[in-house]
Amino acid sequence: MKRETPQKPLPANSEWSFEMIDAYHKEIARVAAEFGLDTYPNQVEIITAEQMMDAYASVGMPVNYNHWSFGKHFLSTEKSYKRGQMGLAYEIVINSNPCIAYLMEENTMTMQALVIAHAAYGHNSFFKGNYLFRTWTNADAIIDYLLFARSYIAQCEERYGEEEVELLLDSCHALMSVGVDRYKRPAKLSMAKEQLRQQEREAYLQSQVNQLWRTLPFQETRTTAESERRFPPEPEENLLYFIEKHAPLLEPWQREVVRIVRKVAQYFFPQRQTQVMNEGWATFWHYTLLNKLFDEGFLADSFMLEFLQSHTNVVMQPPYNVPWHRGINPYALGFAMWQDIRRICENPTDEDRAWFPDIAGSNWLETFDFAMRNFKDESFVAQYLSPKVMRDFRMFSIEDDDRESKLRVAAIHDDSGFRRIREVLSEQYNLGNREPYIQVWNVDLRGDRSLTLRHHEHRRRPLGKTVDQVMKHLARLWGFTVRLESLKPDGSIELLQEARIESRHPQ
Amino acid sequence: MVRIIDRRFDSKKKSAVNRQRFMRRFKHQIRRAVSDAIGGRSIRDVDSGENISIPSKDLSEPQFQHGEGGVWETVFSGNDRFSSGDRINRPPPGGGQGGGSSASNEGEGEDDFVFQLNREEFLDLFFEDLELPNLIRTQLAQLVEYKSHRAGFTNDGVPANINIIRSLRGALGRRLALGAPHWAEIRELQEELEQKREALGEDHEEVRELAEKIARLRARIEAIPFIDSYDLRYNNRVKVPKPTTSAVMFCVMDVSGSMDEEKKSTAKRFFMLLYLFLLRTYERIEVVFIRHHTIAKEVGEEDFFHSRESGGTVVSSALVMMRDIIRERYGSGAWNIYGAQASDGDNWENDSPQCRELLDAEILPFCQYFAYIEITPGEPQNLWREYELLQAGHANFAMQRIENMGDIYPVFRELFKKSLI
Repeated sequence: MKRETPQKPLPANSEWSFEMIDAYHKEIARVAAEFGLDTYPNQVEIITAEQMMDAYASVGMPVNYNHWSFGKHFLSTEKSYKRGQMGLAYEIVINSNPCIAYLMEENTMTMQALVIAHAAYGHNSFFKGNYLFRTWTNADAIIDYLLFARSYIAQCEERYGEEEVELLLDSCHALMSVGVDRYKRPAKLSMAKEQLRQQEREAYLQSQVNQLWRTLPFQETRTTAESERRFPPEPEENLLYFIEKHAPLLEPWQREVVRIVRKVAQYFFPQRQTQVMNEGWATFWHYTLLNKLFDEGFLADSFMLEFLQSHTNVVMQPPYNVPWHRGINPYALGFAMWQDIRRICENPTDEDRAWFPDIAGSNWLETFDFAMRNFKDESFVAQYLSPKVMRDFRMFSIEDDDRESKLRVAAIHDDSGFRRIREVLSEQYNLGNREPYIQVWNVDLRGDRSLTLRHHEHRRRPLGKTVDQVMKHLARLWGFTVRLESLKPDGSIELLQEARIESRHPQ
Repeated sequence: MVRIIDRRFDSKKKSAVNRQRFMRRFKHQIRRAVSDAIGGRSIRDVDSGENISIPSKDLSEPQFQHGEGGVWETVFSGNDRFSSGDRINRPPPGGGQGGGSSASNEGEGEDDFVFQLNREEFLDLFFEDLELPNLIRTQLAQLVEYKSHRAGFTNDGVPANINIIRSLRGALGRRLALGAPHWAEIRELQEELEQKREALGEDHEEVRELAEKIARLRARIEAIPFIDSYDLRYNNRVKVPKPTTSAVMFCVMDVSGSMDEEKKSTAKRFFMLLYLFLLRTYERIEVVFIRHHTIAKEVGEEDFFHSRESGGTVVSSALVMMRDIIRERYGSGAWNIYGAQASDGDNWENDSPQCRELLDAEILPFCQYFAYIEITPGEPQNLWREYELLQAGHANFAMQRIENMGDIYPVFRELFKKSLI
């Protein structure tokens, strides 16, 4: 490795100080700008381990509404941290503008520099650039929105009782994973607008709902053809949205709470879909930025040794046959893929030219920018996973069919298996496959107002045991009987669950 | 471009509200766990936190999930032996080998959710069972108070505690000590100078040399610092726990066949409460366990609560034993003696008057407080009627019939009232 003559090396103590953080940040920012990373302005916050646990418990957000489940997470984190079963993450970074990165007080200077490069430049540029985050989250408004949510829910607790609000939140949380829009752009939120519109909604919503019940059944009793018509006319996949707009018995404030939970779920939706890309991207950049600084002579050898040690820990991929194997490590896969894309751009082999004719030999920074902006895990793997990475990871694919007595090795890292593995891995990151696919199918408008959900069965995978619990929560929100049907691949329909509400909603 | 904010001193207990919500929500489960914990811990340990475990299925947060079954295809890393088309056995369920079925994304292992209740929370739940008044609760839950005493001087401390006189005295001593050799030399040179000056005159070279030498030495003495950091002395204070007397607590319990586990567990809480009270008031507490049926026996705590004998009941045997132990071990007058007796009141008919006499003449006069509980749902038994006669003559005797935990506190009402003053 070439080392230029040291210009003015940065201090190499392991104890950090505010001046040192500032000095390191300045150099990291300079190098990041040279690579053309486009970021939100940064805000670095120093916190203690206890505050880190607080942040963990409220899903990483600096403010959040109060709920017992956050207390439960706090207790379990606290327990395992105190027993030394786990270290805390080095960093939490919040997708907001300015981008907030937490540094832990206990970290050494090396770790602080690593976190700054990783979070404040890696994740930050990803948040700003990637299409999912641009579409689904609004970095300018999230903190304000959470403040609004917190005070609104606190108000509701005062007015309607903590108990009541808690039950409602429980039910909403149960539907969080099916409470996101996948294809529409949500309206932008801002504190002022939100408050204004919330008042309007309170007045309008209820009347609209009543309208629905008053008019629709009447018209439809006449012709049989029309009575076949379902409501909603198209299946709706966002259950929380449907509840918010159409649940017959909810009070306006309850609709608002449903909406808040829905908005929060939507905000975290992109993160769940870009784990490999996002973590890989951030890891690639902390590695690249700090190595660049080292080459320029800013960093001491001791700094590099400590840094490389943590870095290798993060990107380690345990093989399938050790007890601590937990599937593919997203950091390892992401880092390897981004490194590999750079290699394909800079030093392509014949294999690369055959597999990636459009990027082999291109400008790597441009290719990176394009890939970072326009993909999510699923498509990123499908597009860019190269045979070399599959070979390096020694990937193989196992098919588990519960009708067979044995597992089958479907493909391994050889010429005939590359495409299959790539396809399977890409499918593995497809949220639509990982989670059951459930839609609102019909509401019995003329009859008992019961709500029917439809589950599309995929490769005979059944629903888990928690279904009946979730259905009870749904019934509580809907206020009438709810049913869950399953659509089999052969087109037949089976009723899986029915949750009845005998007495009406307690309100 | 970057803003660095130090948040370390921001409010710390951000999750406290959520923690309370959690506790309130699962109060039933936690209460049951606390009740189990009380059964399991020693009387002497009542004053500490506790690990509470709740079945995790009670506090699950359900979501729509896939169950096991169907067709799954998963990519793994680190292939060392497979080629495509191989068929392999399923790993044993829960084998944790990672390989094979990944279908169980549904946390099958239903481990209990364990967390730590701190001391305050634990005592709070304990008191809640016993329906203690709030004033008593806070009083009992208070930590030991310390008294701060002067204890000489130390070399380090905070500036506010600097002892000026000591520090300056030290500085003076140091200056004298460091300057002494120079002063001796100066005195010698001075004498020499006087002699030379008389012999050779004022302007002679040697005289001037000597004068310069003296001036240099004086400058060196001047350079000794007036006060230095190691001259500083600080007032030292040590913390001493306030109460420093000792008490002994006698736990007397009937273990005849009619005392079942539930009655014993009520009795245990009764003993615990007295112990807690003593803990606040006395520095050193000894506990003596005496169990009895027809014969009394001094035992360890484990045996006390967990062995069961059958047969009749002669309460006086235990009281005789208590009296003897007091005479033997705690007769010096340095001990505050407390007695707590629990029974179902079912005593051998002719023995009860004897018990009353024993208490009246030989035990109560030496006791700070003696409390008796009769754990019985039915009519008062013969022992109760005899003891009732004692109440008038002794202010330090309390008795109560108990049907549930909430009845325990009134036994101690007088005791706690007294200590509040």
